[in-house]
Amino acid sequence: MPKTIVLDKKSVDFLKKITDLSGETITLCDQCGTCSGGCPVVEDMDITPSQLMRMVLIGDQTVMQTKTMWLCATCNTCTVRCPRMLDVSKVAEALRQVTLRQSINKVKIDEISKEDLSELPQIALVAAFRKLTS
Amino acid sequence: MKIPYYPGCTLKSTAKHFENSAIESAKALGIEFVELPKWNCCGVVTPLAEDDIMHHVAPVRNLIRVLEMNKSGAVNDEKRLLTLCSMCFNTLKRSTLRIKEKVDDLDVLNDFMYKEEDYDGSVEVVHFLEILRENGFDEIKKQVKKSLENLKIAPYYGCMLLRPKDIGIDDAERPTIFNDLLTSLSAEPIEWRAKNKCCGSFLTLDNKEIVSRLGYDILTNAQKSGADLIVTSCPLCAFNLDNRQKIIKQKHPEFEEIPVLYFTQLMAIAFDLDKEVMGLDGNYINPVPLLESKGIL
Amino acid sequence: MMKSKENMVTVYIMGDAYNVPESSTIITAMEYSGFQLTTGVGCREGFCGACATIYREKGDYKLKGGLACQTVVTDGMTLAQIPFMPAEKPIYDLKELKPDINTIKELFPTIFRCVSCNTCTKACPQDIDVMDYIQALKKGNIAEAADISFDCIRCGLCALRCPAEIVQYNAATLARRLYGSYLAKKSPEVDESIEDIKAGKYDKELEELTKMDRKTLSEKYYARETKLR
Ligand code: SF4
Ligand code: SF4
Ligand code: SF4
Ligand code: SF4
Repeated sequence: MPKTIVLDKKSVDFLKKITDLSGETITLCDQCGTCSGGCPVVEDMDITPSQLMRMVLIGDQTVMQTKTMWLCATCNTCTVRCPRMLDVSKVAEALRQVTLRQSINKVKIDEISKEDLSELPQIALVAAFRKLTS
Repeated sequence: MKIPYYPGCTLKSTAKHFENSAIESAKALGIEFVELPKWNCCGVVTPLAEDDIMHHVAPVRNLIRVLEMNKSGAVNDEKRLLTLCSMCFNTLKRSTLRIKEKVDDLDVLNDFMYKEEDYDGSVEVVHFLEILRENGFDEIKKQVKKSLENLKIAPYYGCMLLRPKDIGIDDAERPTIFNDLLTSLSAEPIEWRAKNKCCGSFLTLDNKEIVSRLGYDILTNAQKSGADLIVTSCPLCAFNLDNRQKIIKQKHPEFEEIPVLYFTQLMAIAFDLDKEVMGLDGNYINPVPLLESKGIL
Repeated sequence: MMKSKENMVTVYIMGDAYNVPESSTIITAMEYSGFQLTTGVGCREGFCGACATIYREKGDYKLKGGLACQTVVTDGMTLAQIPFMPAEKPIYDLKELKPDINTIKELFPTIFRCVSCNTCTKACPQDIDVMDYIQALKKGNIAEAADISFDCIRCGLCALRCPAEIVQYNAATLARRLYGSYLAKKSPEVDESIEDIKAGKYDKELEELTKMDRKTLSEKYYARETKLR
């Protein structure tokens, strides 16, 4: 059975919010899949980068519950390959920010083990805290 | 040449050996790093949200320090900021581009500063590899005292040197700058698939398994392509590819460890600088046995 | 007797207007206005850090921080005291620590969230470059952090303003403790003095001091200051 997509005000608002926050014209995405094909972490994601783009495009807010935005390492492989010059990493950041700005953390600093804190270089801590804590 | 230099937090402590080897190798080439008298962490990753100006404060503050250095006479009309760490390079440079694209942001940022003078957008951020290219790889050739002829090296570019395109110092898909450096050092760069594949970056904090899987792929690809060792330009790649071999080995007992060197450590070796400058005891996988077996050390 | 109107200014303490003498400090202004201070006040000499206060001055958009005992009121000032700053404090045994970056990462991982906004430096009533000591710690330079933070009185204003929710002064305290225990050059003079104290060299003087009445004690104290100058 074909799935019906309803574009109600809520979904249009969501698309607009993510478009504004990411600065990317998400509606340009033609679902070619190039981003997903080159993504180094795609096999660990529950939806692929191109699916993420699609869900945002149709305003499907369940995208917020997927793992993908938290697994994007901002490697920019997709960015340099997208035929539509879109930057998925910016869309992923926008989605992360929507969560983080509600003071919801992905990583809880007090739950990181002493061993990990001691072993990891500062550069890893600073980067991860920037992307995964609010 | 005297150039303002931004070290970054990691090169000042856990990766001090990377910095030492860089400063001394540069000296051998007549390039003097003049460290910013005052600098702050750049934030490592660039803020990507359109409305996030706040996180550009840290990079811009460092760019202002370059202007201050020119005023104080520490450098002479040198409006470039040299970086060693690929992530610092990317983050600082992306802030310079943001200001160029969104001029109004600069006013907001300047308004936010304290005693600092206003930033005028004039500083250019460069990576040490670019300075080496500008200086001429032939100059490097002249300094080589220890031949690395028998050494097959996989140049690992990672992400932050190459992407996105307006930041990259070389072609995003077919880079050569690292290969040129290795050739000028008399080593043999190998061709390989994973040279610009992501190491997993900061996922190393909450997703070690992913990072070690990516590392396993990168390292074994280098080995299958004939590499004896890997060089990198980023302390985070270095950690993910070097230190994470501990987990890789647990998962894949048949995996043979492969040394990962910072590119300036290799320069120090080829220039036959002090053992202390090379800092090889700071690397997780000890490269000394390999280098000895090749008659280099 | 009421002071003449010319010498009075209006301040807004937690939203309510009060007329107070123009040369008052915030503490005296509050007491003049009838507030009885049981917390948020301490030495009244600018040393203890108990009387952190935030305020805005008329015509200035900046939210400022200061010590209530040291800050003189201005006309139109609006203020609120911060008698206590909730803060996280890791428990550690100094003897088991090493003065290196790993200790900082383990005990104060939050400092790696610093965005270099410098808000803490702007807020510090002691004119300490707070951001700089946090940055020094981020680089693992404990001696520098100890040095920069030396005058910190733990008032808490920096932590109150920090967007990264760092508790700067607790990290600085650790830095100074590490510095004192492991990094500072050992001073033979201090060791000698400690031996002297143990041997009872100053016992007699100390006993005299404890028995002295307040007036003589005060005289002696200020005489000492003049002598030092
Ligand atoms: S590569 Fe670009 S156009 Fe293609 S699916 Fe990904 S975002 Fe859409
Ligand atoms: S930037 Fe993110 S989505 Fe794009 S390829 Fe890299 S990890 Fe995948
Ligand atoms: S550093 Fe912080 S706690 Fe210490 S005096 Fe300054 S504002 Fe107060
Ligand atoms: S206020 Fe917090 S985030 Fe800002 S510079 Fe100070 S410590 Fe860093």
